[in-house]
Amino acid sequence: MTVATIWVVVEPSNGSLTTTSLELLSHARTLSAAVAAITWGENGAQVASVAGEYGATTLYDVGALNGSLPGVPVASAIAALVAAHGAPDAILVPTSYDGRDIAGRLSARLDRPVLTNVTGLSDEGGLVTEHPVFGGTQTVKARFTGDGPGIVVVRAKSFVAEPSGGVGAAVVAAPVGDLGSEAGAMITKSHVEERTGPKLEEAAVVVSGGRGLGEADKYALIEEAAKLLHGAAGASRAIVDAGWVPYSHQVGQTGKTVKPTVYIACGISGATQHMVGMKGSKNIVAINKDPDAPIFQIADFGVVGDVHKVLPALIAALKARG
Amino acid sequence: MNIVVCVKQIPDPAAPQSLDASHNLDRSGKLILDEADTYGVEMALQLVDKAGTGEVTVVSMGSATDVAGLRNALAMGAAKAVIVSDESLRGTDALGTAKVLAAVIGRISPDLVLCATESSDGYTGTTPVQVAELLGLPSITFAKSVAVDGTTVKVDRQTESGYDEVTAPLPALVTVTAGVVEPRYASFKGIMAAKSKPLEVLSVADLGLASETGVAGARQTITDVVASEARAAGEKHVDDGDGAEKIVAFLESIKVL
Repeated sequence: MTVATIWVVVEPSNGSLTTTSLELLSHARTLSAAVAAITWGENGAQVASVAGEYGATTLYDVGALNGSLPGVPVASAIAALVAAHGAPDAILVPTSYDGRDIAGRLSARLDRPVLTNVTGLSDEGGLVTEHPVFGGTQTVKARFTGDGPGIVVVRAKSFVAEPSGGVGAAVVAAPVGDLGSEAGAMITKSHVEERTGPKLEEAAVVVSGGRGLGEADKYALIEEAAKLLHGAAGASRAIVDAGWVPYSHQVGQTGKTVKPTVYIACGISGATQHMVGMKGSKNIVAINKDPDAPIFQIADFGVVGDVHKVLPALIAALKARG
Repeated sequence: MNIVVCVKQIPDPAAPQSLDASHNLDRSGKLILDEADTYGVEMALQLVDKAGTGEVTVVSMGSATDVAGLRNALAMGAAKAVIVSDESLRGTDALGTAKVLAAVIGRISPDLVLCATESSDGYTGTTPVQVAELLGLPSITFAKSVAVDGTTVKVDRQTESGYDEVTAPLPALVTVTAGVVEPRYASFKGIMAAKSKPLEVLSVADLGLASETGVAGARQTITDVVASEARAAGEKHVDDGDGAEKIVAFLESIKVL
């Protein structure tokens, strides 16, 4: 059995689509000639031209959600599409806050399995998914058995976003249908936190801090170094768990996947949970006082030393360069 | 205010991990309470405390030969624990797990269900929302703060660009991120009290779910496990006051500076 149809859930962002959504569309069209996209929000027409450019022929538009969290209404609309048009071979969903909600809801609603943390997807007489395990030292390959659609939740940066030069996708309305008690989660207010510099996932330089910083206040050094290198500041799970920095800075299995030109790990020992989120970086620099820290096994350049001395010296050296 | 917290006993993440012959995670060693779940337990205890009435029940699925992790949650202050344990559950996928947990939670009918955003061993991250869907509950994931006001749960939910204030009517399910609260350490008194708190072990037959769980119910199969492309270690320099200088030189060599 080869793959005939693929649907891709594409997430709206500032009138366009998230980068991960474009990565998924780009890869989907290498697997199937019939790629449809599913989106929501107020900008269906604009999104249709972007989705078409990246390979979708049809855009199912759920429309405005009027403050509802996307999980329930979008999953409901997709379930209705499956009932109306038949099941595609697979539904691809970006790994994101809302993407995971949609995938979970849809899986239970359709009674179909879901595979998450997917970083590779190929057609080997049916879809085969790849999942990094144990800090990315091993890759598990899996496939769905039984009837489709299999729901595949794909991590950011797994594929390259490339426009196909396609024309705008045809927009088809995808009504939500009647919802029950499960649909009560409403957004009452949104807070946008100020960010200077590039996004963590898109930065060419990422400077990350871990437990070795010793205390929450020292994270300011990470932010300063990141700023001087025109990069973004990341964090290990340990210091996010400790409440030093918000979850949005977290790099790792739980958290973001980054592939910058250089990743500078400061006071991060290199737990497998962290490594899987950054081992795809082009270059890795590590500063750690423990010469046996696992991070040194994957670092292109490691400094065995006290992060409280090396990092301020690095900041001073960068400042001196202007 | 009755709260169910879904928890998982996992192999110690600090210990070396491996897959067994049937590609399941080797769980034969010592099991601990997933640290990610301690935030939910603490959050639940604080919410019940604030409400002044009700209790916290922890619900789990997995091996019941070692229940130290569940006793840990009871020692923190949960009133009772329920674990569904059955040899036939080996190989159960995320949806099958959700069906088992939903069946147990449905019997308890709590006001609120709390879960971690994902477990620290499997990282699937969809089970809580699947549970919510099966129970017909609204869900709010990735909470960085949780408050209950009458019959409404109010959550600050992490977003890509900041956070959203989200509300849902109770009963509801909420997943909490690490750091939402500071989990307490069990006191000596708590540890002693936990020994006599109820810990119920249920089988799949007790829940009437046999065909939907285990390897047969999973509908997904691991076809292969291969070594990933290894990344070799590069140069390692012992800092002698010149570490920063060496890093600058390295950044120059890769044209970042």
